[in-house]
Amino acid sequence: MKRYSVFAIAREAMSYHLGWERAWAAPQPKKEYDAIIIGAGGHGLATAYYLGKNHGIRNVAIIEKGWLGGGNTGRNTTIIRSNYLQDPSAAIYDKALKLYEDLSQDLNYNVMFSPRGLLMLAQTHHEVRGYLRTVHANTLQGVATEWISPARVKELVPIINIDGPRYPILGALYQARGGTARHDAVAWGYARACSAMGMDIIQQCEVTGVRSENGVVKGVETTKGYIGTKKLGIVVAGHSGQVADMAGFRLPIEAVALQALVSEPIKPCMDVVVMANTVHGYMSQSDKGEMVIGGGTDGFNNFTQRGSFHHIEETLRALVETFPMISRLKMLRQWGGIVDMTGDRSPIISKTPLGNCFINCGWGTGGFKAIPGSGWAMADLMARGEPGPLAADFNMWRFREGQFIDESVAAGVAH
Amino acid sequence: MLILECPYCGVKAEETELSPGYEAHLKRFGPGSSDDEFNDYMFARKNPKGVHFERWRHAYGCGKWFLAARCTATLEVFGTYPAQSSEPPADLVAKIKAKRPDWSGYK
Ligand SMILES: Cc1cc2nc3c(=O)[nH]c(=O)nc-3n(C[C@H](O)[C@H](O)[C@H](O)COP(=O)(O)OP(=O)(O)OC[C@H]3O[C@@H](n4cnc5c(N)ncnc54)[C@H](O)[C@@H]3O)c2cc1C
Ligand SMILES: [Zn+2]
Repeated sequence: MKRYSVFAIAREAMSYHLGWERAWAAPQPKKEYDAIIIGAGGHGLATAYYLGKNHGIRNVAIIEKGWLGGGNTGRNTTIIRSNYLQDPSAAIYDKALKLYEDLSQDLNYNVMFSPRGLLMLAQTHHEVRGYLRTVHANTLQGVATEWISPARVKELVPIINIDGPRYPILGALYQARGGTARHDAVAWGYARACSAMGMDIIQQCEVTGVRSENGVVKGVETTKGYIGTKKLGIVVAGHSGQVADMAGFRLPIEAVALQALVSEPIKPCMDVVVMANTVHGYMSQSDKGEMVIGGGTDGFNNFTQRGSFHHIEETLRALVETFPMISRLKMLRQWGGIVDMTGDRSPIISKTPLGNCFINCGWGTGGFKAIPGSGWAMADLMARGEPGPLAADFNMWRFREGQFIDESVAAGVAH
Repeated sequence: MLILECPYCGVKAEETELSPGYEAHLKRFGPGSSDDEFNDYMFARKNPKGVHFERWRHAYGCGKWFLAARCTATLEVFGTYPAQSSEPPADLVAKIKAKRPDWSGYK
């Protein structure tokens, strides 16, 4: 793999930019691998990357039914933060945030990580109490966040209306290190690095069955034939229930649609990320100038990648009150992703009832920010066969034991 | 837009008039059951990509709970029936089977 650098741009400029190589190869599957990852979203690709980088396991295939990064990784609103309430969450999300901070250098691929600061607005007294509690929890966890006044909110976000009357701003939880990254670039950067390590990313190949012998996984049936493997990682987000079913177990997960939309591009007007959980609205401005807006989830099982219309109206109605200047913005595009929701709104990184088969899922509405940390923890789990400190609490049996990692807080949505 | 007919008042209600209640026909397990049974009842879900039996409440109408059969992959609604049914009515199951020959049936 040729490294990307300013010199490479200069060199390629001399030859009309015809010399750039493909970022990743398009191989045919081998007969067998040391490890197979199902799902080339951010979490699957990051798992493969850290399997190679941290554990030296490079005879790996990542199998994707569509195109890499075409699932939720390519559909999310890219909010990154680590100020969660519970200790296990703070640990893995903060690990992820730290990895994001120099991910572009590590991957030699610009993921456009932009730690522009992130505000979670408190618009009810219930939220004020909830966020004050989070600030205290984060202080104990060593995650820097602060509680800021409405005046400070107005200073950071001049376009905001703090007076209500319906949704007054009572303050905000502010994480200065939070921000956004380019979602596609995260998937592409990991994919390029995996391919450079000799791993096979096999796109347009759907896993249709899991073969096992004496309770241990042997391989997967796919639309490109049977492929053997010593270890299997299931990292398929919205389709976790379907693939788990092939592997013979059930999950505490239901799939629902979550939507987002973007406006026409406008001049820079907001240089932080603002989340308004009470009204299910999230907004940031992309480098192209579009306002990127995330909404609420539907309350029913859905695999159609399109959500209900009324959510768009509800989200925009509330945001227009909070940001009056967007009232005449035209919306350009709207789309949905199928998110995998667990009861406690925390993910699962776990061994499974099937030997040598591992699962990473349940990131629901908020897993983009976790990609590097999740891949790190999942690779460790797959390489050693036992969870390390980052993953241990997220095992799939915690529900049965009543050891929830409850992040469902006020809004029930955890971006 | 999802539209379900309330089997009690006959209103064709659009989803903003309804509250979703997720998987129907869960068999309840309580004291005296095994840990596995209780865990499955509390947490494990079928979550199928296809035919799904689920609970809905006509929240901004008659207020009653009812059940619906719906396809989660296409949003097609096969039918609705009263909440007092311990399993889906036979004619509804037959109708779904006719439309979805590959469907493994109600279990
Ligand atoms: C609208 C929206 C907004 C969001 N906003 C945010 C946000 O602001 N911040 C944040 O942190 N998170 C956000 N999220 C959540 C985030 O997008 C996800 O948690 C994260 O991207 C999940 O990544 P993944 O790699 O697990 O899944 P995916 O990217 O969905 O990848 C899973 C892959 O598995 C493949 N697959 C499935 N079944 C099979 C099979 N049988 N065989 C082969 N391949 C298969 C799929 O095609 C898919 O590519 C949002 C999600 C949505 C939908
Ligand atoms: Zn009714």
